[in-house]
Amino acid sequence: MRRGSPSKGFLVLGEIRSGCLHSATLELTSKARLLADNLGIEVSTLLMYSEIDTEPETLVHYGADRVLCVRDDRLSLFDQEVHSKILCRIIEEIDPEIVLAPATTSGRTVMPAVAAMLGTGLTADCTELEIDLDTGLLLQTRPAIGGNIMATIKTPERRPQMATVRPRTFAIPAPNPDRRGRVTAMTFTDQCFESRIKPLGHERFQEDNVNIQDRDIIVSGGKGMKKEDNFSLLRELAGLLDGGVGASRAAVDNKWIGYSHQVGLSGKVVAPKVYFAVGISGSVQHLAGMQTAELVVAINKDPEAPIFRVADIGLCGDLFDIVPRVIEGIRAREGVSG
Amino acid sequence: MNGLDQAPIVYKGSGLLHIAVLIKQVPDSDDVRMDEETGTMIREGAGAIINPLDLHALQEALVIRSLKGGKVTALSMGPSQAEAALREALALGADDVVFLSDPRFAASDTYATARVLAAACEKTGPYDLILAGEKATDGETGQVGPEVAVMLGIPFSTYVSRIEFHGVDSVVVTRTVEDGIERQKLLLPCLLTVLRNINEPSMPTLSGKKAARRAALPVQGLDFLGLSPDETGLNGSATRVVKIFHPQIERSPRLFKGEEIWEGIKELLEELESRGILGKAVLP
Repeated sequence: MRRGSPSKGFLVLGEIRSGCLHSATLELTSKARLLADNLGIEVSTLLMYSEIDTEPETLVHYGADRVLCVRDDRLSLFDQEVHSKILCRIIEEIDPEIVLAPATTSGRTVMPAVAAMLGTGLTADCTELEIDLDTGLLLQTRPAIGGNIMATIKTPERRPQMATVRPRTFAIPAPNPDRRGRVTAMTFTDQCFESRIKPLGHERFQEDNVNIQDRDIIVSGGKGMKKEDNFSLLRELAGLLDGGVGASRAAVDNKWIGYSHQVGLSGKVVAPKVYFAVGISGSVQHLAGMQTAELVVAINKDPEAPIFRVADIGLCGDLFDIVPRVIEGIRAREGVSG
Repeated sequence: MNGLDQAPIVYKGSGLLHIAVLIKQVPDSDDVRMDEETGTMIREGAGAIINPLDLHALQEALVIRSLKGGKVTALSMGPSQAEAALREALALGADDVVFLSDPRFAASDTYATARVLAAACEKTGPYDLILAGEKATDGETGQVGPEVAVMLGIPFSTYVSRIEFHGVDSVVVTRTVEDGIERQKLLLPCLLTVLRNINEPSMPTLSGKKAARRAALPVQGLDFLGLSPDETGLNGSATRVVKIFHPQIERSPRLFKGEEIWEGIKELLEELESRGILGKAVLP
């Protein structure tokens, strides 16, 4: 049985967006802790930032043995070349067995670059991680073809083993304020900050545009919405449930709503707690983007629509009649309980 | 192989751009089968199309060519039937194509695929700009683009929704990320992976279709690239598929219609309550 030595631990690439620590950092640090305990190895979490809203020490409470902090004003805007170089240097220095990062736009940008620099393997967008106790290898399970097929992948020879992990995959356990660990400030030479990329700025979306992948509830509309104005009905329902608005490809192609809202294989793959498909018949490419939602609710006038085959609750009828009744029902319940 | 230690390719600066577009052929629908032994997809027999996201990369290359002048070359690695994807690229307006097909490329992971594409870019370039789709709709990794860039030693950007040229040697790109948009300036040559909202792909032209039919499409293999058999296919892959399986999504669909709608809505509200989604809001 091959076991990693304690120095060959986990390295988690933390994510800080506009000065805020992304919850995926806590999620991956706690998951790494659980897996590392199988092997008796350490967990290090790397934070690169110019400002941060959370004490780095917090990561220790979630399971990190070491928090590596790279604080530099030049890190205020994302530069994949600088982030990749620093991550690469740290990997060369601490020689981790396994490197994990959130499968966000930045994780999915930096990790392939670093994997190529190091000549090692990388598995994208994992939804399950396990340690094979016979070999000590990380078993990386990911959906492909929109979740129609799952593949378990390993990196048998090359090191480190690298994976990006879909945010909100693992539950985050309560922090343990008594856990002890080290917070280490790391400094890098100016050469590490040299880049052929010049970040020019970052502009935040309006609230309505917040990434639907981060939402617990998604209310999506399709061709059956008939026109752009009718999406206000879905915004109202989503607003009541603190959810986001999604759309089918047909609705996006009709320019009723922006591409960032598109759910499906050529848009975003989402796994919310509740997914409402309103006026969406359920093409293969749409189903592939949402079928792992915990609860699927479909509202459609065609009883034969494929969406009803994956819907826990199917409401067959005129959506312009049904959605207002759902809204009314929620208002009535909230009125009673509030 | 450490891309950072490599000398970067020097931008030609001739004013005429040579643009490469990396294309993948993907299964058309859900009639995909997997080889249970290797865990890789069996593409033979299934309907196949150009990865829809790569069409946006090709379209962007064609738009840039029409504005700046230059040449567009589409490159694809795949089994023999992937030739059709390159013929389609010609029909859509690509000037030239490079078809990379060799049994020794089979079962490549993203790393080994990037090795082949990077070697092909070196062999058929130099290119001023390399474009690819954000990800392929089958594997959905989005890793090959950044890996190719590092292997070529050139800067890259991802999730690009707009490309503007600044002078002769740089581009300003807009990236659409989770919480907003970012703008970055990159020196050429560089590699960009683009999002679907960057443009609307156009239809093939009549002259393009003719050219596509007539074109000779030589197949280039390992020897053309000067790679060793250890660097490609399963041998060159860093990862191995342990197993593949079909996820079990347990649902018992219930359909409410006509008079039952109220019952369905009541059921829905109860589900929302039991999941803690309703009943926590504080009304003003």
